Amino acid sequence: MQEAFDLYARMRRAARLMVGVPDYDAYVAHWRTNHPGEPFMSYEEFFRDCQERRYGGKDGRMGRCC
Amino acid sequence: MNRVLSGAGWIAVTAALVFAAGTVALGRGETINALWLVVTALCTYALAYRFYSRFIAHRVLRLDDARLTPAVRYNDGLDYVPTDKYVLFGHHFAAIAGAGPLVGPVLAAQMGYLPGTLWILVGVVLAGAVQDFIVLFASTRRDGRTLGDMVRSEMGPVAGVIALIGVMLIMIILLAVLALVVVKALAHSPWGTFTVFATIPIAMLMGVYTRFIRPGRIMEMSVIGFILLMAAIWYGGHVAEDPAMAAAFTYSGEALALMIIAYGFVASVLPVWLLLAPRDYLSTFLKIGTIVGLAIGILVVMPELRMPAVTRFIDGSGPVFSGSLFPFLFITIACGAVSGFHSLIASGTTPKMLERETQARMIGYGGMLTESFVAIMALIAACVLDPAIYFAMNAPPAAIGTTPASAATALSNWGFLITPDALEQMARDIGESTILSRAGGAPTLAVGMAHILSGFIGGPALMAFWYHFAILFEALFILTTVDAGTRVLRFMIQDLFGTIVPAFKSTQSWGANLVATTMAVGAWGYFLYQGVVDPLGGINTLWPLFGISNQMLAAIALILCTVVLFKMKRERYAWVTLVPTAWLLACTLTAGWQKLFHPDPRIGFLAHATRFSDAQAAGQVLAPAKNAEEMSRIIFNDYIDAGLCALFIIVVLAMVGYGIAWIRRALADPNVTVHEVGYEPGVATAAAPAGAMPRGAE
Repeated sequence: MQEAFDLYARMRRAARLMVGVPDYDAYVAHWRTNHPGEPFMSYEEFFRDCQERRYGGKDGRMGRCC
Repeated sequence: MNRVLSGAGWIAVTAALVFAAGTVALGRGETINALWLVVTALCTYALAYRFYSRFIAHRVLRLDDARLTPAVRYNDGLDYVPTDKYVLFGHHFAAIAGAGPLVGPVLAAQMGYLPGTLWILVGVVLAGAVQDFIVLFASTRRDGRTLGDMVRSEMGPVAGVIALIGVMLIMIILLAVLALVVVKALAHSPWGTFTVFATIPIAMLMGVYTRFIRPGRIMEMSVIGFILLMAAIWYGGHVAEDPAMAAAFTYSGEALALMIIAYGFVASVLPVWLLLAPRDYLSTFLKIGTIVGLAIGILVVMPELRMPAVTRFIDGSGPVFSGSLFPFLFITIACGAVSGFHSLIASGTTPKMLERETQARMIGYGGMLTESFVAIMALIAACVLDPAIYFAMNAPPAAIGTTPASAATALSNWGFLITPDALEQMARDIGESTILSRAGGAPTLAVGMAHILSGFIGGPALMAFWYHFAILFEALFILTTVDAGTRVLRFMIQDLFGTIVPAFKSTQSWGANLVATTMAVGAWGYFLYQGVVDPLGGINTLWPLFGISNQMLAAIALILCTVVLFKMKRERYAWVTLVPTAWLLACTLTAGWQKLFHPDPRIGFLAHATRFSDAQAAGQVLAPAKNAEEMSRIIFNDYIDAGLCALFIIVVLAMVGYGIAWIRRALADPNVTVHEVGYEPGVATAAAPAGAMPRGAE
C-alpha cells in the first residue's frame, strides 16, 4: 500500500515538474531547514512564480523542443 | 553467478536484436509486422545504453559523484533542486519530445521504412544521445550554464555570438515550419479547425480556474480541460456535417497562416497564466498520454507494415521532399536521430536539478533513446498505411492533380495501385472532404494513428474521432511551442540588438517589447506565408531548411563537446564526438550546398530562381504565379532562402574553424584547461549565479 502511494506521489511530482512546477513540499522543507524564521512563499505565490519563470522568457531559454 | 546471468541476458538481447533486424532487413517482397521494428529498436537501445553509454560515462567523461552538482551546491528549493532521477527523467523527456520526431520520420517514409529506421537507430546511438548526454554533463559541471554561455567561455566571445545567431536562425525556421504543419493540417478542414479554435477559450477558462478559482490545482484543471477537449472533438464532427457551421470554419491555407501570425503576436503579449500556461499543461499531458497510448496500440494491434522496405524514391525524385537519400534523408529525420535543439534543453533547467553527476547518463542518454522510440513509432504509423494513401496525402497537387481520379492515375503510374473510390472512402472514414495533398506530416501521422488506435479502441466507427484527436494533439503542442518560442525569440532579439541600442534591451519597456515581438513574429511569419503559397507545398522547401539548421546546431554542440574533451585531455576518446560531428558536417554541408547550387530547380534555390527569372525575361508567367509581380516575389523568396542557407553554412564553418583552433591550443597545452566549477568536492569555487539567490530575499 505504502509502495503504491509512493509511486503515485512520485508520478505526481514528475507530472508537475513536466509543466515546470517543482515540489512545493521540498521548497518549504528547504526554507525551514536553511532559512529558519524567514518568510517564504505560500503555495499560490509559489505557483505563480513558477509560471512567470517558465514562460517569462527572461533568460532567453527555450524550455521546450521542436 | 550474477555476472554470468547478466552476461547471458545481454547475449539473449543481442540474439533477439540480430533475429529481429534480420527479419526486418530480409523480409522483402512480403509485408512484415511492425513488432519486428519495435523489437529491433528496443534491443538496440538496451545494448547501446548498457554498453556504449556506460563506456562514455566511465571512460570518456569519468562521471564522479564526489563532485557536487549545481542542484546540491545552490539548492534554493526552486530553480536548483536535487530531484529524484525518475522524476527528472520525466521532466527532461517532456521537454525534448515535441513535433519534430513525429513529423520527420513520416516525411522520410517516402523512401521506405528501412532507410529511416536505420538512420534513427544508428543516429541516436552514436550521435543524438551522445550529444544530449555530453552537453548535459558539460552544463552540470558549469553551474547549469546555457549552450551559448558554454561556447563563449570555452571557445571565446566571437564564437559565442556566432552560436547565438545560429540559435536565433533555427528558432525562426522552427517556428515557421511548425506553424506550417498546423496550417497544412487545418486548411479546408472545418472539423480540425473548430477543435483547434475551441482550445483557445478552453485554455483561457482553465487559466482563470488555476489563477483565481482554484489556484495552482493543476490536476483538477487538466482533467476538466481534457474533458472539454474531448467534447470539442466530438462536437467538431457535428460542425463538419452542418453546412452553415462547416462554412464558418473552412479556411484556405493563406487565411489560416494570417490567423496564426496574428495569434502568435497576440498570444505572446498576453499574460502567461491566461493562455500559454494552461495550454502547455494540457498539451504536455496529452502528449505523454498519447505517446504511451500509441506504444500500447502498436503492441496490441501489431499492424503490418505496408510500405515497401525501400521505395524507388531513394533516387531523389520523391514527391514529399526532393533530393537523394544522401544527404536528404539525414536532414529530414533530425529529431529522433539527432536534434541540435536538445543541446538547448540539456543546458536548460535539467542540469540545475541533477541530484548526482552519474545520473546524467540515464537522463541525457536514456532520455534521447526514448525520444528516438517516439520517432520509430511515428515511422510505423506512416508505414502501416497503404503506400498509395501515403503518397496521395503527401504528394503536391502539381504531381497528382486535385481530383481522386487524377490522383489514382498518377499513383498507379508510380506503381501504387488504388481506385478513386478508395481515396474518397478514406476521406469519408476520417471525416474530411479530401485526403489529397495534405502535406506536412501531421495528417498522415493522424491517419496512421487513427488506423492503429481504432484497431485498439472503437474500431472503424471511431476512426474519424481518432484522426481529429491526433490532429488536435499535434496542433495543441505546436501552438504552445509557437507561443513560447515567439517569447524566447523576442528576448533574443532584444538581447542581440540591445548590445547596439541599449534602450532596446529593457524588457519593461512596452515600446521595445512590441517592436521586438513584431520582429520575431514577422520573421517566422514571413517564412510561414511563403511556405503556404509554395506550389510544392512549402514543407518541401522549409522542412529541409529546418533539418539543416537543426543538424547544424547539433554539429555546433558536438564541436563544443569535442573541444571540451580535448581541453580535459581526453583526446584519446575524442572520436566519440568527432565521428558524429564529421557525419553531421558531411550531411549538412552537402545538403546546404545542394539547396544552393543543385541544377534541379526542385532542389536548388538558385536554379529555381534562374528558371523563374528566365521565364520572366521571356515574358512568361509560371505557375503558381499569376502575374509578373508574383513572379518577382517568388524569385525574391528564392534568394532569401538561398541567403539563409548560405548563412547556415557560414555559421557552421566559422564554428568548425574556432573548434579546430581551440583543439590545437588544447593539444599544445599539457594542462587541463576546461572552465569547470566544483572541482573540489563540497566546495563551491565560483560565486553563485544570479538565479541562485534565495527568492524570498528579492
